[in-house]
Amino acid sequence: MATSKRTTMAVDAAKATTQKLYKSGVDIKGELFRAVLLLSIIVAVGMLGSLIAYVIWRGWDRLDWNLFVNNPSSIFLDTAGFAPAIVGTIYVMLGVLVTVVPIGVSAAIYLEEYADRTRWYNRLVEVNIQNLAAVPSIVFGILGLAFVVRGWLNLGFVAFAGSLTLAMMVLPTVIIASREAIRAVPPLIRQASYGLGATRWQTIRHNVLPAATPGIITGTILAMSRAIGETAPLLLVGATTFVLFTPESPFEGAYSAIPVQIFQWAARPQDEFRILAAAGAIVLLVLLLAMNSVAIWIRARLTKDT
Amino acid sequence: MTPKKKGSSAKEQDPAMVRVDRSADAGKVDQSTPLVPIIRTEDLSVSYGDFQAVEDVNLDFGKNEITALIGPSGCGKSTVLRSLNRMNDLIPTARVSGSVHYHGADLYSEKIDPIQVRRHIGMVFQKPNPFPKSIYDNIAYGPRVTDMKVDNMDDHVEQTLRRAALWDEVKDKLKNSAIGLSGGQQQRLCIARAIATNPDVLLMDEPCSALDPVATLRIEELMIELRENYSIIIVTHNMQQAARVSDRTAFFTVSIDEDSGDRTGRLVEFGATSHIFIDPSDKRTEDYISGRFG
Ligand SMILES: Nc1ncnc2c1ncn2[C@@H]1O[C@H](COP(=O)(O)OP(=O)(O)OP(=O)(O)O)[C@@H](O)[C@H]1O
Ligand SMILES: [Mg+2]
Repeated sequence: MATSKRTTMAVDAAKATTQKLYKSGVDIKGELFRAVLLLSIIVAVGMLGSLIAYVIWRGWDRLDWNLFVNNPSSIFLDTAGFAPAIVGTIYVMLGVLVTVVPIGVSAAIYLEEYADRTRWYNRLVEVNIQNLAAVPSIVFGILGLAFVVRGWLNLGFVAFAGSLTLAMMVLPTVIIASREAIRAVPPLIRQASYGLGATRWQTIRHNVLPAATPGIITGTILAMSRAIGETAPLLLVGATTFVLFTPESPFEGAYSAIPVQIFQWAARPQDEFRILAAAGAIVLLVLLLAMNSVAIWIRARLTKDT
Repeated sequence: MTPKKKGSSAKEQDPAMVRVDRSADAGKVDQSTPLVPIIRTEDLSVSYGDFQAVEDVNLDFGKNEITALIGPSGCGKSTVLRSLNRMNDLIPTARVSGSVHYHGADLYSEKIDPIQVRRHIGMVFQKPNPFPKSIYDNIAYGPRVTDMKVDNMDDHVEQTLRRAALWDEVKDKLKNSAIGLSGGQQQRLCIARAIATNPDVLLMDEPCSALDPVATLRIEELMIELRENYSIIIVTHNMQQAARVSDRTAFFTVSIDEDSGDRTGRLVEFGATSHIFIDPSDKRTEDYISGRFG
C-alpha cells in the first residue's frame, strides 16, 4: 500500500503529538518533595504511635476495674486506683462547662453582633482575647491561686477553684470558636430575618444561634479536651495533694484530677506506680480521643447538612 | 409627554412585549393615570462612607401598582430600594439624607422604629434565602416575631401559601425543610414569607435573577396577582420583565463627574411603563432600553 508523502507527514505529526502526551522521564524534584513530606508524616505519626503503644504496653495489665473504683494507696499497689482523681476530673470539667459556655458564647455574641468595631474599647477586647489564647497555662494557675483560691473569691483548694482556673484558660478558645461559628451564619439569613421585622435579639435567638450551635459545640469540646489534660495550673490551685478519698463536692474537700494523679505516680521510683501512671494515661487518652471524635463527628454532620 | 394608549399599542410596537399576552393587565397604567403614592421620596441621597452612591432621588411609588427600577449596574437601584424599608441601617457605613414619606410619616425621622418599618414594608432578595427551617416555620416566622394576632397559625400558613400560589405544591410537606425546595419554589416561599405579616408594600431586588424562565414567569404571574392587595417595587435587569409586569418604570443611571471622576447614581426618568418603553423622553433611557448602553 503506497502512502503519499502527505500522508506520511500527517502520520508523523500525529505521532509527535502523541509523544508529547507520554511522560518524559521521572520528575526528580517532585518525587523528592513527596518523599520528604511522606517522611515527615511517618516521623509525626510514628512518634505518636510509639508513645501510645508504650503506654498501652506498660499499663495494659492494670487497666482493670480496680483502677476505676479504688482509692490510691501506697500499700496495696496491685489494687490501687484512680477513683478520687476521676471524680475530681468530672467535678472540675463540669465546673468548666457551666462557666465557660454561657460566658464564652455571650462574649462571642456581643463581639460579633453588638460591638461597634470603631470603638477603641471593643478593639482592645478583641486584641486581648487573641493574646489571652496564647498565654502559658501556668500563668492562669498563678491567677487562679491569687484570685480564686485566695483573694477575691477565696474559695480555698477545692475542685471548683480548679474549674474557674481552667475556665479562664480555655475561655478565649471558646470565644474565638463561637465567634467563628456565628460569623459563618450567612448574611442572607440575617437579612431575611431583619427584613421580616425581627429585632436583633430575635434574629440572634431564632437564626444565628441555632445555625452556629454545632460550631459552638465543636469549639467547646475541643476547649474542654485541652482543659482535661492540663496539669500545671491545677497543681497551683490545690490539686497537689495525694488525695486518698473522693472530694465531697466541687465546693469542699481536697481534690485531684487524672493528669495530676498520673504526675504524682510517674514521679515515684517504684515500678508499680509507673505502671499505674501508664494505666491512667490510657484512660486519659481514651477520654481525649472520645471527646475529639465527637467534635469531629458534629463538624462532619454540620458540613453535610449545608 | 403625550399620553399613550395602554396595552395594545405597546404590543404592536415593542418586540419585548409581543410574546407576552399578560401585558394587557400588566400595563394597566398610562401617563394620564393619576398616581396615588404610597411611598414618596424627597431628595433621597445615600452614601457609603465618603462615596455618594445615589443623589437627589424624587420618586412616587403608586399604591397597588408595580414600579420597576431599572438601570445599569451600580446606578444605585438596590441602594434606593433598601432605603425604603431601612434595610440600609444594617450597613454600618450607609448614610441616608432626604426623606422617605410613608403614610404621612418620614421614615428617617428620629421617632421611627426601623423594626416597625420593615414589618410594613417587606422585602424579597435576589437570591432565594429561606431559613433552614421547615416550610411551615418559614411562613410562621414573621407573624411570630412580630407578635401578630393570628387566630389559627395553621390556617394563616395555608392562606399565605395559597396567596403565593404555592399551597398545592407544598401542602403535603409543610414540615419538611425549605432547603429541599427548588430554587423557584424557594423564591416563591420567600415571597409568601414576606406577605405572611400582611405588609402593604413589597420590595423585590432582582427576585428572578437566579431562576430559570419558567420559574420567572410564575413569579411574574404571582406579582400581578399580588398587586391587587400590595404595592410592589421591583429592581430588575430584565427589560422584558419590567415591560411585562410593571405599571411604572424609573430609569436610573450613573453620572460621572467630569472633574472628580465620581460616579453617582441618579434618577433619569420616571413614568408609565408603556410610555418609558415606547416613547422615552430622555435619550439615555432610550439607549438603555434598546440595548445600546449598559
Ligand atoms: N455596602 C456597600 N458599601 C459600599 N458601597 C456600596 C455598598 N453597596 C453598594 N455600594 C456601591 O453603591 C453603588 C450602588 O450600588 P447598588 O448595589 O445600589 O447598585 P445596583 O444598581 O443595585 O447595581 P446592580 O444592578 O449591579 O445590582 C455602587 O457603586 C456600589 O459599589
Ligand atoms: Mg442591585
